[in-house]
Amino acid sequence: MNESELKDIIIAELAKIALGSDPAALDLDDNLREGLDIDSFDALNFFIALSERLHIDISEKDMGKLNTMGEILHYLQAQKV
Amino acid sequence: MTEFKMPSLGADMDAGTLVEWKVKSGDPVKRGDIIAAVETAKGVIEIECFENGILDEIFYQPGQEVPVGNVLATISSEAEFRQKASAQKAAEPVKVPEAVVVEPAKPAAQVVQEAMKAAIAQPAVSGDRIRISPLARRIAEDLGVDLTTVHGTGPGGAIQKSDIEGAAQAKPVLAPEPVRVPEPVSARPPEVPPQAPPVEKVAPLPVEASTEPVPEVKKPTDFQSAMRAAIAAAMSKSNREIPHYYMETNIDMTKALAWLEEENLKRPIRERLLPVVVLLKAVAKSLTEVPELNGFWIDGQHQVSEAINIGFAINLRQGGLITPAIHDTDMKTLDELRDAMNDLITRTRSNKLRSSELTDSTIVVTSLGDRGVEKVFGVIYPPQVALVGLGKITEQPWAENGTLSVRKVMTATLAGDHRATDGHKGGLFLEALNRNLQEVEKL
Repeated sequence: MNESELKDIIIAELAKIALGSDPAALDLDDNLREGLDIDSFDALNFFIALSERLHIDISEKDMGKLNTMGEILHYLQAQKV
Repeated sequence: MTEFKMPSLGADMDAGTLVEWKVKSGDPVKRGDIIAAVETAKGVIEIECFENGILDEIFYQPGQEVPVGNVLATISSEAEFRQKASAQKAAEPVKVPEAVVVEPAKPAAQVVQEAMKAAIAQPAVSGDRIRISPLARRIAEDLGVDLTTVHGTGPGGAIQKSDIEGAAQAKPVLAPEPVRVPEPVSARPPEVPPQAPPVEKVAPLPVEASTEPVPEVKKPTDFQSAMRAAIAAAMSKSNREIPHYYMETNIDMTKALAWLEEENLKRPIRERLLPVVVLLKAVAKSLTEVPELNGFWIDGQHQVSEAINIGFAINLRQGGLITPAIHDTDMKTLDELRDAMNDLITRTRSNKLRSSELTDSTIVVTSLGDRGVEKVFGVIYPPQVALVGLGKITEQPWAENGTLSVRKVMTATLAGDHRATDGHKGGLFLEALNRNLQEVEKL
């Protein structure tokens, strides 16, 4: 999957979690939790959705380090999804 | 027969707008069923039924504003309902062919005109509803008599069969002298403009069950300002009436987080536990040890609640917050609690809360750790008597047994109502919370 496809998936899943927000407007290095005003429950639900959609396991340790669109993209590419 | 009334969904609520009936007259209902949806300053709330029986008469239509305490519908036992239905059938005086009973669809303009006429005419009401016997109502429908034009001669001005028959013979064309519809005296949140259009004040005509929303359903005018007004009213009352005392303690969360991390390693992502789940369970367990903080101050009396229903503060994206109750928090396992919280947060944000969740919380817990707040001193939600605030978990220098180390530390605070408890009880609670968080495996 190329970067643009991955980004579309991330944006689609974020939009489902943070209703009424515009994840597409975020820059690659914006903090998602702050930028979209999502809490730890929302963040966990986002990672659950991402892991189920892409069939990957995202460990709790990794989840804590994934704060920006850029970090998530980089992480998913490293997982070779 | 019991009356199903518009519940008060908070100290600040005067009225709610009926959005939808989920059941119709004649449907069986049981305790806990969601039977209606009501729009309040806190969004659309699903209203639960507290009786088993048959939904009998319905007094309000979707779109109407209903003051708190007014009867929305009646719930009868099956026997009562059957008896009434057969009595009505037997007493029907005129045999009318089926086809004639069906009313042709009215043009929209006529519907609005009739609604406005009803708004300015004063029907025979007690409170806000027309008093009429079920038999008279049925006859009025059959004969096409407008109830707002009928003068009731029964007890308390109730409309009787003879009144309907008289009205049908007289065939009144004009509505009676317009009478001012009394305004509710209590203060209202500003979402209702002072010059509300008359269609919004339609006198509540009793209707046979209809689950079809009428076209002029009142839209939430300005959700944010209504929510602000609701919070302003509750918090002002709190600060005016509740003598708060505050205390805080730092809790070493290192052990709890290590346990959680190990536990989560064993779990698939969907079953992982967030720290806040463990924290809420620890608060609930500590409340079983210091129950005085869990309950209410009502009419000068401290009422300790047996059930521990933690109201969990959830912020809304459009602004404001809601503290829906997690019923019996102390009885739930960590997994059950995680599912309950997830469900509650999702439903809060998508406007699917149930009435009992808005009214049943016995203490509020606010956790602002996600937002980087280290400590939060809360304002108690009346008539509750305490509020627990949880801050962000941060690494801090920690001195213990003559050794200095770095630990993961959280500040827990308590706001207590000094009328109900003293600082001593508050201290016991925070001590219990600390102890329970050192033994999370026992939660």
